[in-house]
Amino acid sequence: MDKKLITEDGRRLDGRRFDELRPIKFQIGVLKNADGSAYVEWGRTKILVGVFGPRESHPKHLAMPDRCLIRARYHMAPFSVEERKSPAPSRREIELSKVIREALEPAIFVELFPRTTIDIFAEVLQADGSTRCAAISTAALALADAGIPMRDLVSSVAVAKVDGSLVLDVMDAEDKLGDSDMPLAMMPSKNLVTLIQMDGLLTHEEFVKSVELAKKGCMEVYAKQKEALDSHFRIASKEEV
Amino acid sequence: MTNQIIPSVKRRQIIELAESGKRMDGRSLTDLRKVEIKTNIVEKAEGSATVKFGDTYVIAGVKFEIGEPFPDTPNEGVMSVSAEFVPLASPGFETGPPDENAIELARVVDRGLRESKLLDTSKLCLIPGKKVWIAWVDIFILDHCGNLIDASSLASLCALLTSKLPKAEVVGDEVKVLDEYVPVPLRAIPINVTLAKIGDKLFVDPSLEEEEVMDCRLSVAFALDDQKQEKICAMQKGGVGTLSFEELLRAVEIAKVKSQELRKLLPSGEK
Repeated sequence: MDKKLITEDGRRLDGRRFDELRPIKFQIGVLKNADGSAYVEWGRTKILVGVFGPRESHPKHLAMPDRCLIRARYHMAPFSVEERKSPAPSRREIELSKVIREALEPAIFVELFPRTTIDIFAEVLQADGSTRCAAISTAALALADAGIPMRDLVSSVAVAKVDGSLVLDVMDAEDKLGDSDMPLAMMPSKNLVTLIQMDGLLTHEEFVKSVELAKKGCMEVYAKQKEALDSHFRIASKEEV
Repeated sequence: MTNQIIPSVKRRQIIELAESGKRMDGRSLTDLRKVEIKTNIVEKAEGSATVKFGDTYVIAGVKFEIGEPFPDTPNEGVMSVSAEFVPLASPGFETGPPDENAIELARVVDRGLRESKLLDTSKLCLIPGKKVWIAWVDIFILDHCGNLIDASSLASLCALLTSKLPKAEVVGDEVKVLDEYVPVPLRAIPINVTLAKIGDKLFVDPSLEEEEVMDCRLSVAFALDDQKQEKICAMQKGGVGTLSFEELLRAVEIAKVKSQELRKLLPSGEK
């Protein structure tokens, strides 16, 4: 590994400290047709999420008598990465769609909407690391924008090990050259983990530290999510008057 | 649509039994089912293994083929893991392309093998940038009785451990494959352990009926690094339930102990 990911004074490639998030800007209610929507600029990662539903299930046999069906699709635009990505869903996107759905579903009161479906569509417009975490955090806001009753928001962030140290909020270069990557999502006020994945080599102590760092990061993302909801709905309620 | 009543009755039964540390099949919460490994069962494959965890039955085969390297790693061979949920394995499996469960399974197995750096891909290069060995690892589920991740990981691992690489001679731009074999360049060995969470209990090596009523599962893979230090190399949560931080850390601790137990079962003194 020729490239140094952490400089001698402890800064990362983009000048951040080890426990610092990139600048995150959420916007809520950005699409007209979707029942709920949100957009995020998370460093250079840019993701748009639209939520439809609860709506009638199609095909009908998917409908469940006692709860609503949650579907999620994580998809990357062909132009979102250095080398054009085929628009057909890759194995990676299919797996991520599954874990994103499983990260969000615990927060939704599915039993309130029997026989219906909620669709969550996340389109990655530009990918620069931690896209699944950004998609989950943004989707939680889009679900809230759709007025879907939730137990809590879901906040997510990834922790990596690069050049021997643990760093918060992994960007692309750190993901590609780093030793490990661990995305984690949680319901912050419930203190419950809804997603964890890991690859790379970590000792048990490093893993425990990674989890702690991820938890701290999630709480910071949570604050930004609440801030975004607060300012969006405050403006919306003023307009109504 | 599956009947929702039977699973909820069964779930209550499983939780009640677990209160006294027992399970429906007589195991304790941390017991593995009986694990059986057989290797070299398909002669035409360069490596193969069947693994049973109780009645769960999985076969994995390895084929080596000459192909092109990825542009960003021109000096390295390639490993590709796929999984097929063939219809004879469960009334719930249908023919057709792999669904999200098969894809997740293959990717979780792949992550364990890849991140442990089991296969030394730098030694699978024939002509840099042009020709390398591709190791195709194909998993077939033969009987689905729960915990496919651990059975498939172990089957893929054992197939690779016992596989033979064709000897090849490079003359200019040509690769000649000889009728001889060399051992596959292998390093650290990953062992995967999955736990299911049902209620507030953790179940090692979940059976199908436990999986049907679980809140979620956590799979953790362990490997020894160059200094023989045990490390976590891959992890995946599956299912729509949640884990508390305490449960997460406890699950990893239990998985670590169980991985050491599974490691002892590997063929011919591998560890």
